[in-house]
Amino acid sequence: MNKTLKTAILAAATLGFVAAPVLADKAAEKAVGARKAQMQLYSFNLGQLGAMAKGTVDYNADVAKAAAENLAALAALNGGAMWMKGSDSTALPGVSRAKIEAWTTYPKASNIGKALAEDSAKLAAVAGDGLDALRGGIGAVGKSCGACHEDFREEKKE
Amino acid sequence: MSKTTVWLLCIVVACAVTFQWLTAPDAPPATPGGDRNIANGETVFNIAGCASCHSASEAEGDAKLVLAGGQRFPTEFGTFVAPNISPDVEQGIGGWSEAEFLNAVLNGVSPEGEHYYPAFPYASYIRMTVADAADLWTYIQTLPASDEPSQPSEVGFPFSFRRGLGLWKLLHMKTGVIQKADQEDPVLARGRYLVEGPGHCGECHTPRDVTGGMILNNWLYGGPSPDGPGRIPALAGPASKMDEWSEVDIAEYLRSGFTPDYDSAGGAMVGVIDNTAKLSDEDRKAIAAYLKAL
Repeated sequence: MNKTLKTAILAAATLGFVAAPVLADKAAEKAVGARKAQMQLYSFNLGQLGAMAKGTVDYNADVAKAAAENLAALAALNGGAMWMKGSDSTALPGVSRAKIEAWTTYPKASNIGKALAEDSAKLAAVAGDGLDALRGGIGAVGKSCGACHEDFREEKKE
Repeated sequence: MSKTTVWLLCIVVACAVTFQWLTAPDAPPATPGGDRNIANGETVFNIAGCASCHSASEAEGDAKLVLAGGQRFPTEFGTFVAPNISPDVEQGIGGWSEAEFLNAVLNGVSPEGEHYYPAFPYASYIRMTVADAADLWTYIQTLPASDEPSQPSEVGFPFSFRRGLGLWKLLHMKTGVIQKADQEDPVLARGRYLVEGPGHCGECHTPRDVTGGMILNNWLYGGPSPDGPGRIPALAGPASKMDEWSEVDIAEYLRSGFTPDYDSAGGAMVGVIDNTAKLSDEDRKAIAAYLKAL
């Protein structure tokens, strides 16, 4: 093998070693960004429902139904790629607040996600039926949010 | 014996006697007269959050009422393990007298006359009324018994020497109100009692000094998370963002766990919300009014 070729292979290998983790980090950061976007959409739609539930906004069956259906659609998204390995708070401190335990205790977190999907589907089915039905259904959704954030989300740094 | 030796011995004995005197555990308070109110005992149980620490790890729903103990609390002083406080006579506290229970909760002293570690938040519970603690005792006896043996805490010397905790108590067992504004207002007074006493909010939301005691001058200024990186939010002081929360927002958060932005509570606060969700609307409003008045 000539020297130029050897150097080229060495350079490519070195670049590979250096670049692979960087590229993996980039992908993981994108996944975290996608999760945050999904969470923001959850909270936006929950906000519409919550405002009616706590009485700061008048109940409107169409708005409630639409928001609850959005929530159910969001909860039904396949999150496999968004929750890729290496996108936890140990690998990406300051970027992700998702604890590594979400992966090491799999499928606990994923089961909470499934419960959220089921509970928000139930909420979507009744949210247009009146304020009491809305209030009744939103509690279970909140429980699922809390269940995941209890074990798998780090406290904010402030 | 030389004169110097005699003097040294005298000093050692004097120090030992002083230490024993300073660190002596309190005697039980007098048990209050009158009837016990189980419904109020349940309210005290919920605001005091007994189940959050004393239920078995991972218990949910009604299983949280089985106070079998076993949850582990790693700290820089060692790992504390919550004991069985179910009414089981052998393994729990079913064999205790009411006076022994009052001394445990209000003074942090065991029936054997030993100091408990302040992982048990008696530095807050000391602000609880004796009547509330007595109602709590009546309520706890109605809960299911568990024969799960308590596990010892894993604490090294010098903290394994419990008598020394008497000195900690001298520093940190303080009665009296912390936040002093508008003491005539009955709603604020109720909120103050719940937050500063049984609710023991300061145990996580107030920073601690090197001895592990709450810095009451920085009451509810926030502190490091006991469960990993990140911080427990400030409810008062320079880092507080409570001006973005209305009283309605706070009361709603304590009921549903939803923040004004419709994020949800996380970490240990989820267990707290489980408890505050069971309080009356009036009590949640009182807590909210107190926090807004800080």
